Amino acid sequence: MAKKVLVLGEVRDGALRNVSFEAIAAAKKIADGGEVVGALIGDQVAQLAGNLIEYGADRVVVVQHPHLKSYTSDGYSQAVLAINDQVKPDAIVLGHTSLGKDLSPKIASRLQSGLISDVTEIECTGDDALFIRPIYSGKAFEKVKIKDGVVFVTIRPNNIAPIEQDSNRAGEVVELSVDIQNLRTIIKEVVRKASTGVDLSEAKVIVAGGRGVKSEDGFEPLKELANLLGGAVGASRGACDAEYCDYSLQIGQTGKVVTPDLYIAAGISGAIQHLAGMSNSKVIVAINKDPEANIFKVADYGIVGDLFEVIPLLIEEFKALKINS
Amino acid sequence: MNIFVLVKRTFDTEEKIVIQNGKIQEDGAEFIINPYDEYAIEEAIQVRDAKGGKVVVVTIGGEDAEKQLRTALAMGADEAVLINTEDDLDELDQGAAAYILAEYLKDKDADLILAGNVAIDGGTGQVGPRVADLLGINYVTTITKLEIDGTNVKIVRDIEGDSEIIETSLPLLVTAQQGLNEPRYPSLPGIMKAKKKPLAELELDDLDIDEDDVELKIETVEIFLPPQKSAGRILEGELSAQVKELVNLLHSEAKVV
Repeated sequence: MAKKVLVLGEVRDGALRNVSFEAIAAAKKIADGGEVVGALIGDQVAQLAGNLIEYGADRVVVVQHPHLKSYTSDGYSQAVLAINDQVKPDAIVLGHTSLGKDLSPKIASRLQSGLISDVTEIECTGDDALFIRPIYSGKAFEKVKIKDGVVFVTIRPNNIAPIEQDSNRAGEVVELSVDIQNLRTIIKEVVRKASTGVDLSEAKVIVAGGRGVKSEDGFEPLKELANLLGGAVGASRGACDAEYCDYSLQIGQTGKVVTPDLYIAAGISGAIQHLAGMSNSKVIVAINKDPEANIFKVADYGIVGDLFEVIPLLIEEFKALKINS
Repeated sequence: MNIFVLVKRTFDTEEKIVIQNGKIQEDGAEFIINPYDEYAIEEAIQVRDAKGGKVVVVTIGGEDAEKQLRTALAMGADEAVLINTEDDLDELDQGAAAYILAEYLKDKDADLILAGNVAIDGGTGQVGPRVADLLGINYVTTITKLEIDGTNVKIVRDIEGDSEIIETSLPLLVTAQQGLNEPRYPSLPGIMKAKKKPLAELELDDLDIDEDDVELKIETVEIFLPPQKSAGRILEGELSAQVKELVNLLHSEAKVV
């Protein structure tokens, strides 16, 4: 049965995040021939509405307000609930991002609905949409569904392919006026720490270092390689505990769970907690001096060697590849 | 200050997951306090030590969860509450858990509620924010720093590797991110003291909750293990030749660069 699905387009640094296009693709699947409505929330964001339509939204509802310049759960929930009241969707899709994780439980609480978080795959059989999501940080998976009420899900970045952009697609864009008030949180400042500007959860390539990196400076070649490949730098708990890097880079059962196209593990032994956080990556490369290291058990390709020799060589080779292609 | 910490008993991170008859096998598994909840407990203790008041740790679960509550008491929490749903409910979802916790907390005059930002088993991160919403109080998730001055609160929050500096006020619910603090290990005197600290056990009846009020919205259809990843190729030869081959494989075979 055709459903009407609402998708929140998430804006970061003046552009829509890739996960929002993935969310539209997810919404299309759930909609089963029904309408996909994009929602855009922010201060000055209306100009991005066309982009949501190019990626498959049938129409877009925009809420703009000076109080929506920065994300707050109070401000954004008022906007989403107002859009929800107007659109009356059968399903809602958000990205499972920092914003999506913070906002979605509040909306679900208000709507008294179930919420399926961190979905990696959608199966539609007849009337039911079934959602697959990792549990135990990817050591297992569950297939779940919403029993009744609105079908509300957040999708994990990098798992559901977006629909190809089509600049000929057209759709209606309407602005909805909402009075955003009573914000209980004031955002004073955002301090940028993510070194390459590519978010770990959305990165297509991750270069991660472990204890073998040996020092804070030891991360430099990893950063260079990540930059070259347009990726992000990650770390094992060992490297974080040893204070070689910030905990925000930690990948594993505590830390982030990531599924990039390419995961390069350098000087990481591969503790079970770390494997839980990255073993569902599409291609894994392990570089480690110890041929017995656990990480080789999940790696597609392994090089036994010193990362400080291998990474610079890799940088050279990737540079050569870039020039030649 | 009335400080509450929402904790969950979870599988030890060392555990492998075994599925039998469609369910995750719990027999013989080691259980711990959800690691993110440990940060919440530690922070609660530090806030209490600085500002006074008491720390109450709360969990929903069965008798087995007493062990984790005793650990929290041994770390330094003052009281523990086990909301035992074993007899009343077979399953819980996030909405239901939040409803039960909010029903318990609603008349407790909480100034500060702390929780982990996510549990490493279910991994939804929903319960904290849902509880805050049901109580009508503000929440801030994934915090890495908390400073309280009177009722003013200054927070540093992790947003995907960047830091957001936030001002808000009590009453407040926060969820802990790694890096917030270094959770202490229970000391021997702490463990001894914990045995005498109050640990209350409540059932849904005690909270005036009817079983039928706890409505589950999510149904689990299946639980399964991911396909076993087989070990791949260890490259051989001169290191520079290995690297050349690797880049070639990533480009032409795996097509990821």
